Amino acid sequence: MSDMKKRRRIAETVRAICSWLVALIIFFPIFWMMLTSFKTELGAFTMPPEFLFTPTLENYREIMERNDYLHFAWNSLVTSGGATLVGMLVAVPAAYSFAFHPTQRTQGILVWMLSTKMLPAVGVLVPIYLIARFTHLLDSRILLVIIFALANLPIMVWMLYTYFRDVPRDILEAARMDGATLTQEMYLVLLPVSRGGLASTALLSLILNWNEAFWSLNLTTTQAAPLSALVASFSSPQGLFWARLSAISTLACAPIILIGWASQRQLVRGLTFGAVK
Amino acid sequence: MSEVARESRRAGRLTASPAIILLFLWMIVPLAMTLYFSTQNYVLLDPENRDFAGLENFTYFLKSSSFLHSLLVTLELVGSVLVITVVLGVLISVLVDAKFPGQGVVRLLLISPFFIMPTVSALVWKNLLMNPVSGLFAWLFQRVGLTPINWFSDWPLLSVVTIVSWEWLPFAILVFVTSLQSMDPEQKEAARMEGATAVAVFRYLTLPHLARPIAVVVMVEAIFLLNTFAEIFTTTSGGPGDATTNLPYLVFTQALLEFDVGTASAGGLVAVVLANGVAALLLRVFGKSLTQA
Repeated sequence: MSDMKKRRRIAETVRAICSWLVALIIFFPIFWMMLTSFKTELGAFTMPPEFLFTPTLENYREIMERNDYLHFAWNSLVTSGGATLVGMLVAVPAAYSFAFHPTQRTQGILVWMLSTKMLPAVGVLVPIYLIARFTHLLDSRILLVIIFALANLPIMVWMLYTYFRDVPRDILEAARMDGATLTQEMYLVLLPVSRGGLASTALLSLILNWNEAFWSLNLTTTQAAPLSALVASFSSPQGLFWARLSAISTLACAPIILIGWASQRQLVRGLTFGAVK
Repeated sequence: MSEVARESRRAGRLTASPAIILLFLWMIVPLAMTLYFSTQNYVLLDPENRDFAGLENFTYFLKSSSFLHSLLVTLELVGSVLVITVVLGVLISVLVDAKFPGQGVVRLLLISPFFIMPTVSALVWKNLLMNPVSGLFAWLFQRVGLTPINWFSDWPLLSVVTIVSWEWLPFAILVFVTSLQSMDPEQKEAARMEGATAVAVFRYLTLPHLARPIAVVVMVEAIFLLNTFAEIFTTTSGGPGDATTNLPYLVFTQALLEFDVGTASAGGLVAVVLANGVAALLLRVFGKSLTQA
């Protein structure tokens, strides 16, 4: 019996070591990027690579001054935050409708919404680009806000719907009996009890918008360019500043990684349209 | 109909309509415009010479060798990333689905790449890791006595597949790990007591439990992977030659580099048809496991 226990313990240890190993390998590129951001430009190129070195904050100082980092960060914040706000304003009432006033057509409409997500962005690239050009909205933050909000609307409606479905209908009906108007019913009764679902939905939208690259790269140049476009500008042969690239990338990704870590379970629900909880 | 029911219907319609109308506009208007432009000879640099082209754009696009090639690249990219992320995702999730010291940290590390923006992942891999002269891989290869590989010139598509897989593997792991937690541990324990091997438990208990999450992961990833753009834009620009030009990138070059509205629109419509085809295929294969709630 003790022999079996021993074997079991060894198996558990091996498993733990393997798990850690796999996790460290997968995380390594991020770690390496963070490490490189504290090297000098010369140190970032050195062969063999530097593992131990005197860290410098030079790159961070540099990107604040030379690359105008804050301008791009502000664009990212405004576009992803604005689109989240607009999206929530439209998605909450819709999810409320589907969860508490369902008709025979509700399921069909939900599936249709999902199917709009399957429309590839390139299929509408030309008209969106031309509309933006003729309305002088190219390279404007308002354009990105509209597009991000619309692109993620189906996911937001679905995610909110799965949360609202779990709210007991009685409390809404009780409020209605007491003479609450539609707005009061939504804002005073429904929203307070589903704060968790609202927060997760907003966070998912924020993450998706912050990391969005297709529309950001195609519709902005400098004025409204968010961080993903700033990073892409380092792909040109002139932009071989690896340490600086790493510093910008670290700053651009750190907040999103933290948000993602904090809300991982809820994200599964949103990204799988409620199919996996 | 009762007063209450009528009131409920009215409230439901009122609250749902903004989202429905906006999504409808977002889908129908641009798509209709794409359809219209695809029948036009319309080059932005030469807007005077604009006329009806019939199906010319489509025959031009579909007959060009670059289209067939981009279709192949698209399918290869989507297919390989799907296989890699699902297979590795299942194996890794089963591996970490146990109690051990630092289990929570391991999970956080595993899912992190999913939150990195595509342009960052692409450039970190291309410059810091895969650069044939100063990249970390080159150094590792030299250390074990191998010649460093020039990833993006010799294995361009494989390089892109590697980067995109690294981005999406965490998503698969996240979904599978979440799903495994809802599995009944006593069932597994009982099976082991009865003398079932670990492989048998995996094959007859774990895999069936993961059927639905796998279907979901394949669907969601397919939707996003058919649109892969930023990783190609920042690493290879579709090259060398057209080795990594997928359908989105081909349409992008025609629309925003050559300003050929007509051909780009025809290409965009082909992309829409392809996405619908893939979606229909996936629903056929996986639809059953999706509806079994």
